[in-house]
Amino acid sequence: MTAIYLVAVGKVDDEILTGIEVCLWQTFGFTTRRLNPLPDPAPAYDPQRQQYSVIAIMKDLLKQCPGDAIRLLAVTERDLFIPMLSFVFGQAQLRGKIAIISLARLRQEFYGLPANSMLFISRALKETVHEMGHTFGLTHCLDRDCPMSLSTNIQQVDIKGETFCANCTILLRENLRQMYLGG
Amino acid sequence: MKMPWEILVVDDEEVMRESLAAWLREDGYVVDTAASGREALDKTREKDYAIYFIDLKMPGGIDGIETMMEIRKLHAEAAIVIITAYATVDTAITAMKEGAQEYIVKPCNPSEISLLVSRIIKIKNLQRENVILRQKLTRQYSFQDIISKNAKMHEIFQLIQEIASLRSTVLIQGESGTGKELIARAIHFSGERADKPFIGVSCAALAETLLESELFGHEKGAFTGAVSQKKGKFELADGGTIFLDEIGDIAAKLQLDLLRVLQERCFYRVGGSEELHVDVRVIAATNVDLQDAVQAGKFRDDLYYRLNVINIRIPALRERREDIPLLARHFIERLSHELGKEVGDITESALKLLLDYDWPGNVRELENAVERAIVTCRTGVLAEDDFAFLNHNKLERRGWAVPTSMTLEEVEKEVIAATLQRTQGNIKEAATILGIDRSTLYEKIKKYNIER
Repeated sequence: MTAIYLVAVGKVDDEILTGIEVCLWQTFGFTTRRLNPLPDPAPAYDPQRQQYSVIAIMKDLLKQCPGDAIRLLAVTERDLFIPMLSFVFGQAQLRGKIAIISLARLRQEFYGLPANSMLFISRALKETVHEMGHTFGLTHCLDRDCPMSLSTNIQQVDIKGETFCANCTILLRENLRQMYLGG
Repeated sequence: MKMPWEILVVDDEEVMRESLAAWLREDGYVVDTAASGREALDKTREKDYAIYFIDLKMPGGIDGIETMMEIRKLHAEAAIVIITAYATVDTAITAMKEGAQEYIVKPCNPSEISLLVSRIIKIKNLQRENVILRQKLTRQYSFQDIISKNAKMHEIFQLIQEIASLRSTVLIQGESGTGKELIARAIHFSGERADKPFIGVSCAALAETLLESELFGHEKGAFTGAVSQKKGKFELADGGTIFLDEIGDIAAKLQLDLLRVLQERCFYRVGGSEELHVDVRVIAATNVDLQDAVQAGKFRDDLYYRLNVINIRIPALRERREDIPLLARHFIERLSHELGKEVGDITESALKLLLDYDWPGNVRELENAVERAIVTCRTGVLAEDDFAFLNHNKLERRGWAVPTSMTLEEVEKEVIAATLQRTQGNIKEAATILGIDRSTLYEKIKKYNIER
């Protein structure tokens, strides 16, 4: 049976991975399986930027992706970047198999504020839904409440909800039907 | 459904190129990539993109600024964003001077690039909307392929609808190039005869005997070369409309034959004895004042009154200057497609030049001018320079010493002969320069016995 695989890249708290597993099952309806954690992505580290190249990590993830995987979602505590941008919350292959989210900038502590575990989990789930939405063919949504809306800062992540808007729900259902039922 | 906007990312570094492309694709854009300036130019020749992201430093021939300048030659209004990791004031100034819309230093904040893209796309959407509105406006001002917002022209459109289904003869008067045949076609295709033939004959293009045979047909052996029976235009137009262009030029005998057709709806083929009956609506056109020709004894008054049942006088283009922008844009849209060139608009200063010009050759001259400008245009927008030849036309006219000891006919003959010499006998080109249609030119060549 096929499944969405979840993998930690480097050390990631088990509680958050469990929350993401439940969220994936509830949102996309596929069984979720956990892979053994991958080591810290040292080769993707850019000492000048003191961040990790998401492109390098994703290339490695492609090699690790199990044959029966519907999708592979990676979760890391590391701060990610692409050359053009100062950071990314996550990255996905549009209509592809691989997605990754970074937890680094989802913690209140990153902004010099006291920790807030509920807020942190909520942000992680929104980013999970967002990046996985891309792998199922969804692009950015104009509805600011929808998790598929573009977030370029943490305030925008906080504004949006954890469940798709009506339009994205229809599009997701349609895309899933085309992808897996061939119709 | 709206077409998604397409973006081109040009960078020699694969990671940079593909990661930016992936990020933009997540935003719903269709993104193409190019690894060099040359590859970018190849892709740009195929199509225009909504935004071009171009890396400043690229090895192998052409750098970002040069790539941008070459793209601008192909698409004058391209939105170009120059990307660099080397933030120097000089390169920023150069990029902006050469027309870069924006200049960004990598890495930049995601919100910065997101705002930049949405700002450019907003402008592109407005431009697209503008084109759609302009097309709607053209449709609003068009009637059976004739485009005008001039009040007199709208009276003509109204009249056409009123008379379209009648059988009454129509006389259309107007200078060369005003679109007399278009009006005739509009009458035919707006009426009940629309599914029947519309046959056009240029009376000035043919010699008298040939015209007679052309109009009424001939029997086998009627004259040397009549090897078989041939139907004339009147027979071919049966049930429909015959359009007799340059009617003022027909000879006296033919005037009489025509009068008979109009009065009795019957005629004989050349060399024939059988009376043929037809149901044909006659629409005649002339660029000369037929009333003057009647007074000068060159045109039968009874034929004139038969023809002039419904009279339509088409204003010259200089009398309806408000139509010039509308017509120019209509011709740009149609001709750029026909000529396979991506010319989409015209600058305000070029439009002003067209508005200031007198258009002796009327709409046809405007159409020819737009065609010539599109052919020579190096960008996607027609500019004043593309119409420089119109100023030459004006200057040539001004610089000409007016002869004071020649008859008008002698002057006309000289001018036509000189123009034909200049065009090396090319009738179409000579007619365009002279601002008359080809049939009128043929007639004048024949009249003055000019060698081509």
